[in-house]
Amino acid sequence: MPDPILSLKKLDAFYGDFQALYGVDMEMAEGEVIAIIGANGAGKSTLLRSISGLMRNESDQVNFLGKGIGAHRTDEIAALGLALVPEGRQLFPSLSVEENLLIGGRLNRKGPWDLQSVFDLFPVLKERRAYPSTALSGGQQQMVAIGRALMANPDLILFDEISLGLAPVTIKSIYDALPGIVGDGMSAIIVEQDISKALLVSDRVYCLMEGRVTLEGAADSISREAISHAYFGID
Amino acid sequence: MSAQTYSVSRDSQSAKVAAVLGVIVLIVLIAAPWWAGRADMRLMGEMFLYLSLACLWNLMAGYAGLVSVGQQAYVGFGGYMLFALTMFAGLPPLVAIVGAGVLGALISIPVAALIFRLRGAYFAIGTWVMAEVFRLSFAQVSSLGGGSGSSLPVGIVRSLAGSRSARESLAYWMALGAAVVVIAAVYLFLRSRRGLALTAIRDNELAAASLGIDVWRIKFVVYVVTGGLTAMLGALIFLQKLRISPDAAFSVNDWTAFVIFIVVIGGIGTLEGPIIGTLVFFALRETLADLGTIYLIVLGFVAIVVMLKAPRGVWGFVRERYDIQLFPLAYHVQKKPKTDK
Amino acid sequence: MDWVNAIVQGVLLGGLYALFAAGLSLIFGVMRLVNIAHGDFIVLSAYLGLTVITSTGMHPLLALIIVVPTMAAIGYFLQRGILNQTLGDDILPPLLVTFGLSVILQNLFLASYSADPQKMDAGALETASVSFAGLSLGILPLLTFGIAIVVIASLQYMFFCTSLGRAFRAVSDNQDIAQLMGLNKRHMFGLAMGIALGVTAIAGILLGIRTSFDPTAGSARLIFGFEAVIIGGLGNLWGTLAGGIILGVAQTIGAKIDPGWQLLSGHIAFLIVLAIRPQGLFPRVSG
Repeated sequence: MPDPILSLKKLDAFYGDFQALYGVDMEMAEGEVIAIIGANGAGKSTLLRSISGLMRNESDQVNFLGKGIGAHRTDEIAALGLALVPEGRQLFPSLSVEENLLIGGRLNRKGPWDLQSVFDLFPVLKERRAYPSTALSGGQQQMVAIGRALMANPDLILFDEISLGLAPVTIKSIYDALPGIVGDGMSAIIVEQDISKALLVSDRVYCLMEGRVTLEGAADSISREAISHAYFGID
Repeated sequence: MSAQTYSVSRDSQSAKVAAVLGVIVLIVLIAAPWWAGRADMRLMGEMFLYLSLACLWNLMAGYAGLVSVGQQAYVGFGGYMLFALTMFAGLPPLVAIVGAGVLGALISIPVAALIFRLRGAYFAIGTWVMAEVFRLSFAQVSSLGGGSGSSLPVGIVRSLAGSRSARESLAYWMALGAAVVVIAAVYLFLRSRRGLALTAIRDNELAAASLGIDVWRIKFVVYVVTGGLTAMLGALIFLQKLRISPDAAFSVNDWTAFVIFIVVIGGIGTLEGPIIGTLVFFALRETLADLGTIYLIVLGFVAIVVMLKAPRGVWGFVRERYDIQLFPLAYHVQKKPKTDK
Repeated sequence: MDWVNAIVQGVLLGGLYALFAAGLSLIFGVMRLVNIAHGDFIVLSAYLGLTVITSTGMHPLLALIIVVPTMAAIGYFLQRGILNQTLGDDILPPLLVTFGLSVILQNLFLASYSADPQKMDAGALETASVSFAGLSLGILPLLTFGIAIVVIASLQYMFFCTSLGRAFRAVSDNQDIAQLMGLNKRHMFGLAMGIALGVTAIAGILLGIRTSFDPTAGSARLIFGFEAVIIGGLGNLWGTLAGGIILGVAQTIGAKIDPGWQLLSGHIAFLIVLAIRPQGLFPRVSG
């Protein structure tokens, strides 16, 4: 593949003495949408934390835009053009909806996303712009979290379990909006427990189990059986 | 690994050795009036009192998570109660000391009711405010000397013991006794079920609460008991000083800054820590005290460096490195000796 | 009329106490840190002002131009160099480190300036007064109160209407996620401490003009600031002003009854609030 936008080389991750990731290898081309699936505790969120810098690793284990960022600080990585939609939304309670979006854009990176375009994508947020972010429903908060990440005009956006805790109809509407987000050539990694949604929007999929990659392939050609084996580890 | 080959116990080799050594040291110390000079006995007496204060502060801050910068309130209160009980109620000094302790415990109850409404660092400053309230209040009491203080009447001093050397020996033994009592009390408390609960609170308050431990109640008990014992120590301290004034009684430097230094350097949250800290503190004081303010600056500097680089103090470092304990408090998994097949 | 005068003086005094408290409140709001040496930094500003005045002969209020940026810089580097390392879940390290700082500062003052009380001479400003509704109001207390209002209004504006304030609030909410926005939290905390000590510098200069100060004066200032914050309620700067005013009035009324009761009355007012309404009068956040 021509210079990958992101590559992971033998990525290990530890929480104290506990090892969460074992030598994960992954490559991603610019403009690709990758899905990462796996059961609870498989290491999916750990993977995103390692990429975004919330967890520190060896420098060359995580390469973004040609740079070894494994040991970089989170804010340094954000400045390079990487944004994370965190698990559980994690909006800033002291900030209003609009302020949450504005702080997402504080790096002033060039790109199609600004306050107005985010409001075009999620019109309900425009009505609620002055509300404290905690006063919104779960689905609306998820929209704010996504909008906040988009405001940074990142080259690579990470979605961590955006369907968690949301009603099916809400999940559907968010995933319907996703192509509009990643259609512009933005690269994306989607971490999901909901396999069908993940496969629908992604180009390729990786499956993690107990910290290791157990399956990798094109989203439209991978079989359900192969996924079950890789997901649960049963033969 | 089968359950039959391992056992959990609290004793260890080093603790047994330390216990034997401790008894020997204690006997030597009790005999001090016969082998030590007057100045040495005064110094040792002072060390025992500071050791006691440090053990109590450590129990509150290192185990119960109650960081107080206001214990001088009880030191001063105990001192003033000694004067009041002997001068106005005519109690013999030794009885007055115990009485001061009881009164200290009693007054700590309403104090706790107020300042327990504060958390963390705000709690700390709250304790300081209470100490200030005590100081200002006692400065208003003219029968106890008001702002300039008063001296203990000669008659009361003489009633302790006939000769000066007898009084000095008595003062020394009381200080030693106080230290032994405080350390024993803290040790037995920590070995008890309440103490286990306290250690759980120290390690993780939220988890402890979720196990059904009444965190508030235990902290309250610890605060009141510490207040009472600290007041008793205050009474002892000022019995020896023979003179009391609001500034001396409620001095932040003397009764809090030095105590905190001792505990932090020695190793907070351990029983051995205050002992080591007291030795280090007095070693520094005897060598550096001539330097006046520079000495205090050095103390503050050392405390900061220890807190940043070695937050477990000297003893914490030793314990981690060599895995020994002198007071058998921690639990070990040990192999049972193999029985014949 | 005497009583009205006492109350008015207390209100104006509250302005000074609010200035003591503003820095304390800001730091706690942004990083949950309580600086036990806060009062000693107020006194440091006063001593710095004194040094500037005696070496250059300028008016104390002009000395603000030098002292405020100096203290702000000290705050930034102190935070990044030492205090950032104490932040975390454990309350002991910041408490004990700032306590150590307090001991060091007080003894540095003692070593450099002696134990004698000092005072900055502001000339006519100190005694100038204006008549209003039968009361004689000192220009200096009025000025102090006015400055307190301006400072608090500026801080509120900064917090709620600027991008820097947004960043502070975000970092205080969630350090990790704030970093995802490209915020360097160590730098942010440094800025917050810099601003806090800058405000502290203003408080210190005004204090040094108004009364005499000595190396140990910091402890009382910390306590007044702390009491103003608790009375007013955590997380609310205007509440802190209200708390300062209540404290000031309690003190002046107590002094009217008996001069020896001034400080004690303030403490009693604080204890009453603590007993009846521990969250303060206008709380915004929980401690």
